[in-house]
Amino acid sequence: MDPQPEPVSYICGDCGQDNILKSGDVIQCRECGYRILYKKRTRRSNSFYSLVFSSSSSDFN
Amino acid sequence: MVEKTEKSETTKAEKIPVWDLPDVPKGRLPPHIQLQRTRVICTSDAPIHTENISYSGAYASMGVDNSLRLDDFHRNFRVEVINLTEDDMEFDIIGIDASIANALRRILIAELPTMAIEHVFIANNTSVVQDEVLSHRLGLIPLKVDPRLFDYKSENDEPNEKNTIVFKLHARCERISGKGSEKESSRISVKSSELVWLPNGSEFLLSTENSNLDLTSKSKTYTSFNRSQDSLPEFSNNPIVPKHGNIVIARLGSGQEIELEVHAVKGLGKTHAKWSPVATAWYRMLPEVVLLQEIRDEKAEELVKKCPVKVFDIEDIGKGRKRATVSRSRSCTLCRECIRGDSWDQLVALRRVKNHFIFTIESTGALPPEVLFTEAVKILEDKCERVITDLS
Repeated sequence: MDPQPEPVSYICGDCGQDNILKSGDVIQCRECGYRILYKKRTRRSNSFYSLVFSSSSSDFN
Repeated sequence: MVEKTEKSETTKAEKIPVWDLPDVPKGRLPPHIQLQRTRVICTSDAPIHTENISYSGAYASMGVDNSLRLDDFHRNFRVEVINLTEDDMEFDIIGIDASIANALRRILIAELPTMAIEHVFIANNTSVVQDEVLSHRLGLIPLKVDPRLFDYKSENDEPNEKNTIVFKLHARCERISGKGSEKESSRISVKSSELVWLPNGSEFLLSTENSNLDLTSKSKTYTSFNRSQDSLPEFSNNPIVPKHGNIVIARLGSGQEIELEVHAVKGLGKTHAKWSPVATAWYRMLPEVVLLQEIRDEKAEELVKKCPVKVFDIEDIGKGRKRATVSRSRSCTLCRECIRGDSWDQLVALRRVKNHFIFTIESTGALPPEVLFTEAVKILEDKCERVITDLS
């Protein structure tokens, strides 16, 4: 079985506050009560941390 | 068109004596043909005689050689700088064909290289501006750096200190911690001055699968610089920065953050307008305003009032009488307001000089405008040489 699910930090869509939620928690910002939370962008430690954008749109890498 | 030509010829023909007919060879062109050859005539509906007659034998029947001779070109060609500032230049090129003036304009816009942001590595972007929109905005920021010091980077090249300029941008809008002030929210603008030049190249580590195994070796980044760019003499006292520091890249709300790195490379305006070294470059033919008859008194006042750019002035000729004169024909926009209405076109002639070009260059800041023009001339030279070698 899976190990204990790790708590994940989310960003409030309204006030930008970090919210740490565990599974089963109500999806709501602790600061302002807003109900839309965003998952954070994958960080650099991961194997594909950064998107590369070619700003002349000729080739998206 | 044909009708028009005949009409103007017949009106002109009145002034030519009967023994001086245009079809009698005399070794020089009759005045009305000479006018058609060297001027575009702006009539109230459309400009006429716009074409350039380049065929050497066009006037052979009149005993006139129309061929272009190098000696004549050397004698007649002139460049006069009218106005030159850090980024703008206005100058006259006299004695060339429109095709060459246009070639120079097109080279300036599309074929002179500059450095512009091409790759954007986004570590974090929680702003409302999407990654791709943000990247596009970054790409359009003009950079103050001489592109001649850099090489083109092709697809398979490693980014190094000779082909890539790296900047980083890290901006964060801090949340206001004070409780109770719920309504208050902070906003910041991220400006182009916040792009920080990284002369040593990328600081983002290239993640590899076995990154834990070779900790001893130097960790790889997205660039492989052999030496720092600020150790080069060109940049040691002259750091690379965006030309304008006050360009708004994005606006951040509280808690939002942008962290990224950009790689600028050398490119041409024909690939994307962000590499164009000019805001724009354009030319116009020199306007020529001629009063065909003397215009006096009320008529003169009326003419001065008609012109929105004040081409005409009034001259006092004594006894309370006035006469209209042309004093600023260069500022004429050929709006044809002065030849509108009953028979005004019989009094005023609007023309353009076919071989006199008022050229304006607005640089975006990578190179000064006079350098851009000389570079454009060099490129045109190269093109000509290529044609000659292809033909021989």
